[in-house]
Amino acid sequence: MHIDELNELAEQIRTQHQSCQHCVRVCMAASCQSSGADDVLKRLEDAAPEGDQVQVKSVGCMGLCSAGPLVEVRSRGDDQPIMYQHVESQDAEEIMGSLGDSVVQRLECPTSIPFFQRQQKIVLENSGIIDPEDIEDYIAADGYSALVEALTESSPAEVLNEVNLSGLRGRGGGGYPTGLKWSTVAKMPATQKYVICNADEGDPGAFMDRAVLESDPHRILEGMALAAYAVGANRGYIYVRAEYPLAIDRLKKSIRQATRKGLLGANVCDTPFSFDIEVRLGAGAFVCGEETALMQSVEGERGQPRPRPPYPAELGLWGFPTLINNVETYANIAPIVRNGGEWFASIGTERSKGTKVFALAGRIHNTGLIEVPMGVPLREIVEEIGGGVPDGRRFKAVQTGGPSGGCLPAEQMDLPVDYDSLREVGSIMGSGGMIVMDETSSMVDVARYFMEFCMTESCGKCVPCRVGTYQMHELLTKIAAGKGTSADLALLEELCEVVQMTSLCGLGQTAPNPVVSTLQYFRHEYEEKLIRDEFVDMEQQTEEMEAVS
Amino acid sequence: MPLQRIKPTPPSDDKRWKLIDVTMRRNGYAGHALIETLHSVQDAFGYLDDPAMKFVASALNLPLSKVYGVATFYHLFTLKPKGKHTCVVCTGTACYIKGAGELIDGVSEKYDVPLGETTADRNLSLIGARCVGACGLAPAVVLDGVMLGKLKVDDLLEHIEKVI
Amino acid sequence: MIQTPTPNVRVVTFKIDDRDFSAREDETIIQVAWENGIRVPSLCYLEGLSVWGACRLCVVEIVGSPRLVSSCSTRVAEGMEIRTDSERLQAYRRMILELLFSERNHVCSVCVSNGHCELQNLAQQCGMDHVRVPYRNKVYQVDSSHDLFRVDHNRCVLCSRCIRVCDEIEGAHTWDSKGRGIDTQVITDLNRPWGESDSCTGCGKCVQVCPTGALVQQGTSVGEMHKDRKFLPYLSRMRDAQ
Repeated sequence: MHIDELNELAEQIRTQHQSCQHCVRVCMAASCQSSGADDVLKRLEDAAPEGDQVQVKSVGCMGLCSAGPLVEVRSRGDDQPIMYQHVESQDAEEIMGSLGDSVVQRLECPTSIPFFQRQQKIVLENSGIIDPEDIEDYIAADGYSALVEALTESSPAEVLNEVNLSGLRGRGGGGYPTGLKWSTVAKMPATQKYVICNADEGDPGAFMDRAVLESDPHRILEGMALAAYAVGANRGYIYVRAEYPLAIDRLKKSIRQATRKGLLGANVCDTPFSFDIEVRLGAGAFVCGEETALMQSVEGERGQPRPRPPYPAELGLWGFPTLINNVETYANIAPIVRNGGEWFASIGTERSKGTKVFALAGRIHNTGLIEVPMGVPLREIVEEIGGGVPDGRRFKAVQTGGPSGGCLPAEQMDLPVDYDSLREVGSIMGSGGMIVMDETSSMVDVARYFMEFCMTESCGKCVPCRVGTYQMHELLTKIAAGKGTSADLALLEELCEVVQMTSLCGLGQTAPNPVVSTLQYFRHEYEEKLIRDEFVDMEQQTEEMEAVS
Repeated sequence: MPLQRIKPTPPSDDKRWKLIDVTMRRNGYAGHALIETLHSVQDAFGYLDDPAMKFVASALNLPLSKVYGVATFYHLFTLKPKGKHTCVVCTGTACYIKGAGELIDGVSEKYDVPLGETTADRNLSLIGARCVGACGLAPAVVLDGVMLGKLKVDDLLEHIEKVI
Repeated sequence: MIQTPTPNVRVVTFKIDDRDFSAREDETIIQVAWENGIRVPSLCYLEGLSVWGACRLCVVEIVGSPRLVSSCSTRVAEGMEIRTDSERLQAYRRMILELLFSERNHVCSVCVSNGHCELQNLAQQCGMDHVRVPYRNKVYQVDSSHDLFRVDHNRCVLCSRCIRVCDEIEGAHTWDSKGRGIDTQVITDLNRPWGESDSCTGCGKCVQVCPTGALVQQGTSVGEMHKDRKFLPYLSRMRDAQ
């Protein structure tokens, strides 16, 4: 396929779409689906008039999960779509009846609120708009144009250059410059190279990757193919957690569709470039998000990390140079190649370019997915976009970065959200989970919760992580129960440092972060729970007496 | 000289073994297909028992201890049969903040089943999950494959009563 | 995996604890250190087996880098300045040893390896004289089903030497580990008693490489178990030569 043919096809599909008067989109992402979107979709389809005047479409995530099921009506000639929230199946007829002349006001979700207005969408640009199971919908939205144009008109070095210019940094958490990673793999002299997409989204409280995979799977395939072209790979793996069956299903379907259209497989677009993608399933191990453990798992082994260096770029899957990026990173590639690296670099801050998708959850009004430019203040995300803490409670902290991140207090609310600022205050960007906590959450309990997570997810290979997380969890449980002493707290802090400094992989090295950051900002909560030093001896005596009797 | 390999026979003439063979064949009976193969055994039979692991080991030409090591490393694999009904409580951060712990305690107490176990009559398994990715619905539960959201303990117990 | 011999390797110069050294660039820090009498402590590393990098006792400082590296898995490089024995490293190593002692039951006075145990030696070398973290006190089984050998999981430090020697040198892969995290445990075959194993050849290499009293010969009593590893460098070389 040549770029002109692709453009022509896209134009054809768009004309077809325009022939219908009203397009009714039903969000079928996980959250809406479990609130009953299936029934809503079915009833809307039944209620739709015959002919092609009205099109009912199932689409991916629309973002405002807490208001689901969501339905959006876009009529020809109207710039502003109408969005309906908490739709039930019995509302279908009323919505259908209103098309073209009125709005069902009792269901209307105001799109003028900051939740919708403050967002800037690149990664999620098609999410909630296109049908994720239809490659033609993706093509109509300029999909695959970046790939086809790059293959037929640019060299791999030119693609690499755009990614370098964009300043994109890895969205999986580390924030390593993507262009640099690609260049390293591209420079390796090897006959075989691999490209891997890390879709093992394991942070509890993060569902960005899931939404992208379920709402716009072709975007990932296109991003991976561009990466493969740039670094000289011909085989790709998508490592998805088995807990995401819908995402797996859609990815497999998309791979088949793209292969049939000649956009994947042998000699893509009649060029010498060939690229096959295979889906590999995780099986419930958070540590497999670590790149060396992920590769072990793809090879069918226990997901235990190995020391780096050597890095995967040098010695990766089956010993060959391997490029590993996260879902959101690949989702940015096609727009970067299509619009140029400079365009992307104009968004965001000096050192963190582009946008970031966050999953807002916890004690917050608007739970759901948002995409904002890097550098937006935390306050804007929590108070304006998120709508603040509900039930008249007081904001206490926001947790970013999952089990590797930290809890930030109200004093840090004016912090611009970017890689470096978050790191400076003791948290990390992570993959983008943001959990808001109010005054009812105890910070010692939160730290204990994350430590329990790290303890059960530790692979058990290295001693500091295997035994250290266990011991830290014991100490936190003791302190949370009001039985800890100041000596216990000192020991906990010492353990934090040893585990951070000596663990083998990122999981262990960052496992103490939630403890360290809650100690930094909420130390008084720990201290309030300790047995006062002068009572320690007495307490011990009582315990001994109980043990004797 | 490489030794001739004999294709092992499945542990029983159950037709489901054909599905497992399809998975292995698609991967050329390569050892790296172990996790995929174990997934397909568990999808077909619900759990992994010794005869199944022995069969997979010999079909993929892998040591027994390695198959056992992989099967027990990943938490989605189970070596024990599950109950007739499964109640998966999400223990992700958002659900934790919104009271997943109370849901677990409630079910645990009423049906006398600790987390991760199955009731004595094999009717109900109570399982904890690492974030099912439905944080907007916190606290979320997957009951026999159906996602339930924004639950209180009583709601959940009512739902369970209905299915079992 | 890391030590694949490549032709035309360069020789590099670097410093360990302020002393100048030169070595081939494919050598690891621990190899050079040990050859020159610098005893960087380690538990999982064993010459002749693949690098595992798990005990973390061999971590060292590289001047100019904020991160510590394990010296068994890191190759020397031109101009590198390595510190193997700072106060900080000593404190970390003592804590790692305390964690190991707390994990299972390591009461030396009743152990068959007493006096010939690498864990015991390391505790002495690193000055770890008491354990501040609470003991786990979990009771593990002792498997005496094998005619010749015995495995006492209470003494196991999960260094994986037995797994590696069985897989890489003997080629049987009888051993592996089950579970993960704190619940990890070494197993034979499908987690069956060792004596029932079909794949075990009874060669005893695992027993000889085990650093503690976890794998021992039957019939040994307190302090009687001596381990003999002379076979390992020889077999390892012969395997590489093939």
